[in-house]
Amino acid sequence: MSEETMVGAPTLSQPHAREKIQIVPLAGLPVVALAVIFVALSIGLNLRWGLMFNHVVGGGLWTGIDLFVGFVIGPILGKLSIPARAEFAARFMPKMVIIMPTVVMMTLATGFQVARQAGNLAASSPNHAWLIVSFCVVGVMAAVALGVLEPANIAVLYEMNKPVPNGERIGRLMKRFIYTAGITGVMQIATLIIMTRLGSR
Amino acid sequence: MSAADAPHSVVTGDRPMPPVAWLSSLALCLVIVGGIVLASYAPRTAPLGLVTALLCVAIALMVTAAGMLVRIKEFAWATFGVVFKWALLAYVVVSGMIEFAFVHDHTRGSSLLLVSLMLTVFALSVPTTIAFTTARFVDPT
Repeated sequence: MSEETMVGAPTLSQPHAREKIQIVPLAGLPVVALAVIFVALSIGLNLRWGLMFNHVVGGGLWTGIDLFVGFVIGPILGKLSIPARAEFAARFMPKMVIIMPTVVMMTLATGFQVARQAGNLAASSPNHAWLIVSFCVVGVMAAVALGVLEPANIAVLYEMNKPVPNGERIGRLMKRFIYTAGITGVMQIATLIIMTRLGSR
Repeated sequence: MSAADAPHSVVTGDRPMPPVAWLSSLALCLVIVGGIVLASYAPRTAPLGLVTALLCVAIALMVTAAGMLVRIKEFAWATFGVVFKWALLAYVVVSGMIEFAFVHDHTRGSSLLLVSLMLTVFALSVPTTIAFTTARFVDPT
């Protein structure tokens, strides 16, 4: 998936010599590796600060990026010309391929440990019901992200890497992001409410 | 789950394909529900019957998806293989991290077995969906 080809034509139907991009930006992989190691060490050594850092930073970025992309970048993108959208997506989406799975992994892997250490997993905890709701919210977001958005993201990048990308196909795949923005937005706002309640009790 | 399976062949020139991405995404949803059930009961033991049933259906869906996939004539297998391989690597790492957390939290016995099998389905379903959605739009020749 790191193959390099040319993308981003003046019009999607015209093959044109342009700068090369990578579907998976290899330069970002060392940062991902560091995040994985940090998360593993935090869990394995029960590092309270490490667990909290990964959960808060990962969760904050996940929620912030989702809401910003869905409700700020998305509508702006929708008003651009198709070639401009293609140019933006060709540079933006590979970065999301690296960033989103990493922040999701940081958030979820450490979140369960934070809940366990805080005693919120116990059925007698007043926070237990909120925790279960947060599991369900995360489940919905994971299903949308992994079953709908990530396949579309990779498929769009592959399509853009073709000498003559199919604009209709790209448009149809990109509609998934529009259709699911509402679901993701509601789930992320629910996450903010649940997590701030959990943190204040 | 996959809008790519919708019949829009007139517009995009895409061939009709079996619902591989739908089935693998449904399997993913079932193991997510199973994971929520298990996590909801932690550190107590969850009702394993429900989780086992969800897992069995998820495995059946993945086997069906695999069966449909191998029967497709003129498919971009090279692209499927490349995407599947890299996605599998990524999701094996994610699954391994989750498995590590459960082992670290002293999950043992039947619960650990179910978690491991659900994570296996998870690690296979996401790459299958991604690779199929990508390869179906690539010229097999």
